[in-house]
Amino acid sequence: MLSCGGGSGGCSKDMAVELGDEPHVLAVDDNLIDRKLVERLLKNSSCKVTTAENALRALDYLGLGNDTLEGTVSEVNMIITDYCMPGMTGYELLKKIKESSVLKEVPVVIMSSENIPTRISQCLEEGAKMFMLKPLKQSDVKQLTWHLMKCRN
Amino acid sequence: MDLVQLQRQLVDYRTSLYHEGFLDEQFTQLQSLQDENNPDFVVEVVSLFFEDSERLLNELSKALEQQVIDFKRMDAQVHQLKGSSSSIGAHRVQKLCIVFRNYCEAQNVEGCLKCLQQVKHEYGIIKTKLESMFQLEQQILNAGGSIPV
Repeated sequence: MLSCGGGSGGCSKDMAVELGDEPHVLAVDDNLIDRKLVERLLKNSSCKVTTAENALRALDYLGLGNDTLEGTVSEVNMIITDYCMPGMTGYELLKKIKESSVLKEVPVVIMSSENIPTRISQCLEEGAKMFMLKPLKQSDVKQLTWHLMKCRN
Repeated sequence: MDLVQLQRQLVDYRTSLYHEGFLDEQFTQLQSLQDENNPDFVVEVVSLFFEDSERLLNELSKALEQQVIDFKRMDAQVHQLKGSSSSIGAHRVQKLCIVFRNYCEAQNVEGCLKCLQQVKHEYGIIKTKLESMFQLEQQILNAGGSIPV
């Protein structure tokens, strides 16, 4: 099940990558099995994948964390994150990303095993590109990456 | 047993697992992610599931032995187990986790204890069944055959 955000431009030309390059996706999930699954699903959709086991590690990777090392910030074309995570939730991670002048244009997708309408609208209002229900299916991810590629070209 | 018989046995076994509600369509999704480039994907993910589940079940047992029971932490752990079992299609385990979470929320010790026993039982069953299935698959591969879809 997919819920999409509104059509306001979430795709900046600054984030566009050369045609033919694989999109780089950061996948954040505290569940090991789900990380492995989402990684496979994204790789099957021709994406380069980096995984993070919690929001803080994700922020470090994105260059927004307290422990970010100089010169290690990588460019990502999309972030997909679980909602329920210990410490910082996916929603809080979304907010941090949207507050960042550098990263606010990066599409963020929220995943959750729980179908809670208020949760979904809260995430979309905060700027999430899409909300996806777990367990993820290949068709969901293919559709998602198709949208991502469309935005870039 | 010859190759064709082995393959038939596997198909029948798999079908029964779905039929009896041990597995659901998410397991089929998992299998569809396996290909020549990732020939061991299902076994890898399921092995992770076994390790992770056993860890969680141990922690839940310990949690229920404490003087003061941390229901919030237990709920988070059951949530994890629910998530992984859902992701691999372990249907019965997943359903029990939903009930388990309700008992955690209600801070019902008896309910939690009973649920934990049930989850351990169902987990044991699905583990045995999946291992048997993987063994059958290996036998087929060793006999030079391919795994029927």
